Amino acid sequence: MSANCDIAFTLNGVKRELSVPAGMSALAMLRERLGLTGTKYGCGEGECGACTILVDGMSVNSCLLFAADCDGRDVVTIEGVVQSEAGERLRSAFVASGAVQCGFCTPGLMVQASHLIEQHPGADEAAIRRGIEGNLCRCTGYRKIVDAIASAAKPDPGQTPFSEGQP
Amino acid sequence: MNEPAKTWSVPDSLIGKRIPKMDAPDKASGRTRYIQDLEIPGALHGKILRSTRVHARILSIDTSAAKALAGVHAVITAADVPWQRPIGVGRDHLPLKADRVLSLRDEIAAVAADSEAIAEAALKLIRVVYEPLPVLATTIAASAPGAPRLHPDRPDNVAMTFDYAQGDLAQGEAESDVVVEDVFRLHYVTHCCMGVSGVIAEFDPSGNLLLYSNTQVPFLHKREFAELLGIDPGRIRIIQPPIGGGFGSKLDIYPFEPIAIFLAGITKRPVKLVFTREEEFIASPTRQPVLLKLRSGCRKDGTLTFRDVETVHDNGAYTSWGATTPFVMMQTISSLYRVPHCKYRTVAVYTNNPYAGSFRGYGNLQATFAVEAHMDKLAEAVGMDGLAFRLKNAQHPGEVTPQGMHFKSCGLKECLTTAAQRSDFLRKQAENRSRWNDPDPVKRGIGMASMLHVGGGAKIYPSDGCGTILKIDDFAHVTLITGASEIGQGSETVLAQLVCEELGLPMTAVTVVNNDTDITPWDVGVHASRTTFIAGNSAIGAARKAKRKILEAAAAKTGNRIDELGLAGGFITASSGEKLFELAKFLRSLHFSDKADLVMTSFYYEPPSRHQDKQFKGDVSAAYAWATQVCEIELDTETGIVRLLKVTGAHDVGRVLNRLGIEGQIEGGIVMGQGYALTEDLRVEAGVIRNPNFRDYKLVTAPEIPEMDISFIETMDGEGPQGAKGVGEAPAICIAAAVANAIHNATGTRITALPFAPENVYRALHGASEPPVWNAA
Repeated sequence: MSANCDIAFTLNGVKRELSVPAGMSALAMLRERLGLTGTKYGCGEGECGACTILVDGMSVNSCLLFAADCDGRDVVTIEGVVQSEAGERLRSAFVASGAVQCGFCTPGLMVQASHLIEQHPGADEAAIRRGIEGNLCRCTGYRKIVDAIASAAKPDPGQTPFSEGQP
Repeated sequence: MNEPAKTWSVPDSLIGKRIPKMDAPDKASGRTRYIQDLEIPGALHGKILRSTRVHARILSIDTSAAKALAGVHAVITAADVPWQRPIGVGRDHLPLKADRVLSLRDEIAAVAADSEAIAEAALKLIRVVYEPLPVLATTIAASAPGAPRLHPDRPDNVAMTFDYAQGDLAQGEAESDVVVEDVFRLHYVTHCCMGVSGVIAEFDPSGNLLLYSNTQVPFLHKREFAELLGIDPGRIRIIQPPIGGGFGSKLDIYPFEPIAIFLAGITKRPVKLVFTREEEFIASPTRQPVLLKLRSGCRKDGTLTFRDVETVHDNGAYTSWGATTPFVMMQTISSLYRVPHCKYRTVAVYTNNPYAGSFRGYGNLQATFAVEAHMDKLAEAVGMDGLAFRLKNAQHPGEVTPQGMHFKSCGLKECLTTAAQRSDFLRKQAENRSRWNDPDPVKRGIGMASMLHVGGGAKIYPSDGCGTILKIDDFAHVTLITGASEIGQGSETVLAQLVCEELGLPMTAVTVVNNDTDITPWDVGVHASRTTFIAGNSAIGAARKAKRKILEAAAAKTGNRIDELGLAGGFITASSGEKLFELAKFLRSLHFSDKADLVMTSFYYEPPSRHQDKQFKGDVSAAYAWATQVCEIELDTETGIVRLLKVTGAHDVGRVLNRLGIEGQIEGGIVMGQGYALTEDLRVEAGVIRNPNFRDYKLVTAPEIPEMDISFIETMDGEGPQGAKGVGEAPAICIAAAVANAIHNATGTRITALPFAPENVYRALHGASEPPVWNAA
């Protein structure tokens, strides 16, 4: 068995200290050690986005991140995202827009969408589509997911909408 | 005790409204526990050792090192379960293969261990010695004289055949002014449910089996598992946790399920077995690849005269539902349009390839691809536009086809004209053609296709039924217990909606229980676009019984006749709209009397259809769904890249029940059809899947989706729940066919093989590929 690493990080706003095997993924740590099953295993190779989490404000496929590399970082999962006001707004938009069917991809998309909105408030349709291209959904055809994100990302008055072509 | 005040405000009718999915708040919060998320205390982790050979004899299996590994509780092979029986639709394979493997996915051994990591380590310690056998990689090879038999009882490697005929083909041909013939090749794709397959099996000390399963057909599977284990089906309980996508993939039992049961039985511990994504690609079913030869004819005036179809299906190593898709294909061939003379011969041939299961649309994508190509080709040959040609041959309401299908409601003509008008089809089609010789290498194309699919259940089994138990508690809260399974399509929401509509209650007044065979009434499973129709009618039946009982009790108090009373907004109302009783209070008084009895049961068996006869004639569904989809594309002739820009769809859905849900079904189906047409291609070479991952197997992503303009044609089916018909499969069916017609409209080239990947399109446009050829294998 591989050596363990002692790590300390912030998880959804709470300090955590943990000893994890060096080879363990952040996904396995969240699901199997910490019981946070909202983060999903979809492919294990960073291709589907079902395991998306935020690490220091960046969206990351947690299946490709070593648990040990969470040391010293600020980690937010779907369970943390829905605690925020913006996350709650997004969740309501996903529900009201019909963006959820089987729901397996939904937590990853919620996390990615919250990141997208924070980075690009008022993102337009094209920017939203590009922003979630790393998240696969087999049920919805994405249309209602894009609608949900757009309705949660309504720009503040006076702000220029972010567009894909802009720097 | 203070009672919460009921402040219900219910709109007049819920039908046609946008009702959010009841389980969406939990799903969007990451709170929903799928099978992958369930941890049963004391559970072991199961893993399966699969063949590394496509076709080989197993000479020996040495499990001693694996058994010796710390943390391993059991290592099993076929020798440990000598009583195992063949499983699946064809009952043609053992869960654990005994002496021969027939495909790369074949299960040889399985491990139960304290952790997944230990189970995986143990698999690596199992030594298998193979003796290679010749690989039958194609139906031609499998049909060749002297080809090895893959199954001892099938000397010719034929898994299944279907022969259908109506009218007189020779007469049809003699009456034809135009005859066209093409060979079409349809490729492998797979379901790609975002939640991978998994199961948890557990026996209690009395030998009762509890199975947490993603199955789409819990009651039929109970019987199959009981047969396999030699126990009474009543001792099996199946609980379906929320399912991460189905699309037909969970309609058969697959070896991993019995294997988990074997491990649980042997270890006397719960065993959880969940696939990896690679395993999901390799060891779950595909859509069936088909080679199809079509001859069609018509008169000068555009009247269809005959269709002559032969198909060869690569069945793969074993028989699942894929082999039976000709059942649906022949409906499209015989009855999508009026065609008097028809012949359809098909054969499914065993090979050493992956085997095909049921997949949304069930053969109809393949059949529609061919039929709709010929609708365009024949129209062109007689100088008609594709719309006029289709309208001339379209079915109309009341028609009984030569195959025996009775179209009591049929909106095909409205679908055709609506989709054509909204997409400006004829003008764009002419404009695109005029640009064939333009110097611009980027062309535009527009293409149309229609479809027919069962929309009122399907007589796949001798009966198509679903039961409902409905109870109302003393706070007027309704529990709807339905046999219908939920796989993400929104059945729980639409069923609750239908109940609320009857009882005048808001959606929050209903809880749906739908996932436990010990509780839920019998049902034949979620397939064939049947749930809203069959389970919906069943739920309405129970709700109406409850309503009648409540109104009878109220009438007894007020002296009204019950037809003068109604339920609305949480009240018992008079015909004037006056609120007579608050429903919750009224029910409470009933419950505390001896007259409540507010547990209703009802069953719905769709009545008018019947099982087909031996000649495949019969009216298989109580209602049929129709649609026309128009696809607009941009095609770069220098790269072969086809972009789907817009889909204009018109769907005869009977009636829209939940607008949000039905839009979601249609949009998702369109994009699934887009993947089939353009991006998805499971590459099977000599029995080996070359791209078992999402990097090389391309699902459509958000930036690629088309603009979608959807119209609903509401034909108000007489038998449908509130007039509705099934819609689950319909939207995926036409897309590839319509894109093929659009490619022809853009370039003048007709491509008859899928997918329209850039390389394939480029080769076809530049004369660097041959069209598929027929082999009578």
